[in-house]
Amino acid sequence: MICRRSQRRGRRRASLIPARVKATSAALFPAGKATRDSKPARSLTKPRAERKSPRRDGGVGPRQLSLMDSMPATGVAPSPAPQAPPPEIPPEPEKEQPDNRLRAAEVLQSGSAKREKPPRRETAESLATKQREISVSEFFTKNRHLLGFDNPQKALLTAIKEAVDNSLDACEEAGILPVLRADIDQLAEDRFRIAVQDNGPGIVKSQIPKIFGKLLYGSKFHALKQARGQQGIGISAAGMYGLLTTGKSIAVTSRTGPGKPAHYYEIQIDTRKNTPQVITDTVIEWEPEHGTRVEIELVGTYKRGRHSVDDYIRQTAIANPHAEIFYSFPGGAGTLHFPRASDTLPPEPRAIKPHPYGVELGVLIRMLKETSARRLDLALKRDFSRVSDRVAEEICAAADLRPSSNPHLIATQEAERLYKAINSVKVMSPPTNCLSPIGEEQILSGMKKEIPAAFFTAVSRSPAVYRGNPFLVEVGTAYGGDLPADDLVDLLRFANRVPLQYQQSGCAITKAVLSIDWRSYGLSQSKGALPTGPLVLFVHIASVWVPFTSESKEAIAAYPEITRELRLALQDCGRRLSTHIRARRREVEEEKKRSYIERYIPHIGIALREILGMSKSAEQELVVTLKDVLERSRSHE
Amino acid sequence: MPRNKPAGRKPSSPESKSILTSIRNSADEIRRKIMARKKPTMKFPVRSLANVKYHPQRGFFEIAGQKKERTLTVNTVKTFAQTLRMIALSKELVESDDIATKREAYYVSKNWEDARFTEQPESDTVMDDVEAFFGVNREQLGFIPEEKGGDVAGRLTVIDHDRDTGKELRIDCTKFGSGAYSIPISVEQLQFETEADFILVIETAGMFQRLVKHNYWKKANCILISMGGVPTRACRRFIRRLADFKRIPVYVFVDGDPYGITNIYRTLKVGSGNAAHLNEFFCVPQARFLGITPKDIVDYKLPTHPLKDVDVKRARDAIKNDPFIRHHNDWISAIEYLVRMGVRAEQQALAKHGLNYVMDTYLPEKLKHPERFLP
Repeated sequence: MICRRSQRRGRRRASLIPARVKATSAALFPAGKATRDSKPARSLTKPRAERKSPRRDGGVGPRQLSLMDSMPATGVAPSPAPQAPPPEIPPEPEKEQPDNRLRAAEVLQSGSAKREKPPRRETAESLATKQREISVSEFFTKNRHLLGFDNPQKALLTAIKEAVDNSLDACEEAGILPVLRADIDQLAEDRFRIAVQDNGPGIVKSQIPKIFGKLLYGSKFHALKQARGQQGIGISAAGMYGLLTTGKSIAVTSRTGPGKPAHYYEIQIDTRKNTPQVITDTVIEWEPEHGTRVEIELVGTYKRGRHSVDDYIRQTAIANPHAEIFYSFPGGAGTLHFPRASDTLPPEPRAIKPHPYGVELGVLIRMLKETSARRLDLALKRDFSRVSDRVAEEICAAADLRPSSNPHLIATQEAERLYKAINSVKVMSPPTNCLSPIGEEQILSGMKKEIPAAFFTAVSRSPAVYRGNPFLVEVGTAYGGDLPADDLVDLLRFANRVPLQYQQSGCAITKAVLSIDWRSYGLSQSKGALPTGPLVLFVHIASVWVPFTSESKEAIAAYPEITRELRLALQDCGRRLSTHIRARRREVEEEKKRSYIERYIPHIGIALREILGMSKSAEQELVVTLKDVLERSRSHE
Repeated sequence: MPRNKPAGRKPSSPESKSILTSIRNSADEIRRKIMARKKPTMKFPVRSLANVKYHPQRGFFEIAGQKKERTLTVNTVKTFAQTLRMIALSKELVESDDIATKREAYYVSKNWEDARFTEQPESDTVMDDVEAFFGVNREQLGFIPEEKGGDVAGRLTVIDHDRDTGKELRIDCTKFGSGAYSIPISVEQLQFETEADFILVIETAGMFQRLVKHNYWKKANCILISMGGVPTRACRRFIRRLADFKRIPVYVFVDGDPYGITNIYRTLKVGSGNAAHLNEFFCVPQARFLGITPKDIVDYKLPTHPLKDVDVKRARDAIKNDPFIRHHNDWISAIEYLVRMGVRAEQQALAKHGLNYVMDTYLPEKLKHPERFLP
């Protein structure tokens, strides 16, 4: 079960990056048919599949399955057994790799087309000597921008962010109100030591090296539930980056409870093998009863303002009002304290089984192959959420398959039919208790403590579904007060309570905000720009699987269902905001009118006195009476 | 300051007394309402073309009776105060038999602190409201217009009086040489002597100058009057009194474009929408349109300019909304003809055929058939 899930999610997730790795693997198995599930890889693999299918479809069943197996193994975690180290790599010069990959693709193209006859440079045999597996760690070492380490400023932020996200996740899973410390020490011009410490449950001694010294190792990847971290890359990647730029190990201190020893580890990642190397392993004196402390030395740049760590910490405090955060940074006077605004932990999200609509063909095939059920209908019922007897029956009927057939034996042809059948049958939306919204009240308390505004409102939408994944949208607005009135609106984006700092323009949230006419809510807005005004917009998407546009988790993909929910929530807040803005304008208008009475009524007195030759005292009496009459009628309006 | 009282002059005319009475009555009603703890109101006739009726028998635009009510509320308190102060100023002017121009009244308001006007159009509007409120001519309230009345030359003697001595002054309009007699702002006291056959009213000062210089009035035995654009009230009143007095026809010679027809000629003949309560006096129902007619453009092969968008808009608006134009099918078809041609021709366009063609050929030919003039 766990493996299956990992497969499903791993594919979709990892397919975003290791597409190039897959290309290599595809070259290794030219007979195989391209998978249809790994979208980004499609451009590389699909054309070939289309060309091939008419000729070879008949007898490729078993081969295809073997390809299915091998692909994720290279692309993502070693799927049969996550702990197993990847095979030994022949010692070849590293720089050969990109060439190798390209050539493999060339050969693949010409080989399948069988039309061109250029002079041969390499033979299959000579190529074979160069073809070998690539370790994920190696891959990410070369492509560290994919994980958010593309420049020194971002590297510092990403490292802090990964550590803080892990800490918050750990505390919440253990049901502990989080108390966090994040410190940045500047050691030299471009060298920093970051330390993040939490009061979480701690980590069992044997797991520490793997969690911090191995990519794609973690607890969250295999569970379909809402969490900040997802694939177990982040913190090890941060450690890897530190090692790469400074040669220093990642240092971890952890204690699981009072009376237990505090373990201190210094760990390095062996990028060739994606395995941890323990440099130091001791027991030390440590004050906290339980918790974990991570220290990384790295090359970075500390800047304030936009995209800064300061911003990230502040926004984290807003989205997590149940957390207490201490933060110190270079040049800062002492430690910043972000107090806790709520003593309620967010409700614990439940893990759910995959929903049939969210499963892609390759994953489906794998799930069928590995199910413990002996009958197709039982397999569907047991391994998916929201599949009842009746739904299972309908799916089988629509696919023209017997419910009693053995799921293991269902060939690709039939699996494809089954896949189509699933999407033609009406299935109830997935359960939504896997989500943990922040909640309107908590959003308000988070914003109120950090944003100096006068008017706050928040909307928490009911869960909705995109591609079988439940998600929900929450929006908060803070308006007026000491916020700058002439600047563009400050848009704070969050995914599963994690602030998103980069790629604002590419994000579904930004696109949704831009698609709304804010002028009808009383704000000014130039064409194609964010609105202007003393406003902070807080937008949160919670989902078991947030569809990021890249592995560094900076922007959310604009699925129509997500955009729709975003718009509805924003419009709801917009309406409340406009009520407030209008009321505020009315007050100002009222004030002006009140002054009108004071200013102009005396002139009515003067004019009438001049025309009628009234006495000064009669004029005074008239003015007082008239003021009173107008004030009264105004209060009745 | 217009408030300086000319010594020894007291309002004696019955007209002034009745105005002072109605001013005092209106003010007193407002005062009583306030003291009864009620919100005072003032009723003004709506001053627009939409609120006039055209009576062909009576010959002018009459006010149709729509009124707007201005109740004293928080929103109207500023205008209300300004209107009352304007009325108070008027009262002072009438009492002291003094006058203030619109511009002067605007400057007087600068003493009113918060109630002052920031731009003259604001004070003009309030003044027009006051005038319509009392249903009198603004001259009777002591306010006089800035603009010049118009120029007169030809077979006419105007009889006026010396303001100081009261002695009769006889002004012979044939004796201004190449100049002209200027119509005063108030024309009610004037008397006339004339043997002219008709009055020729001309839009532009340029054409007027040409006819005066060549003594056209001698040749045609007429009185020449230049309006200089849309005729002022004084100019309209002068022509009206003169035409009524001697029962002589009035012929109007303006540019052949929508502005000349629907603004200048129509205002002269039937009055304006803005001062509809006064049109009875400030109109010349006997006026007839000599030219330039749309047909003249073809008949005399006049050089033209294309109609601008505003011209076309003005023309269509007149056909749709102007009660006078709508009443005369001749005018509707003439204007439609002009719009179809899409051109306009100025009076001076006649110079194409020679500078004096207008005197030697055009006017004599036209004047042979006054019955063909447009209504």
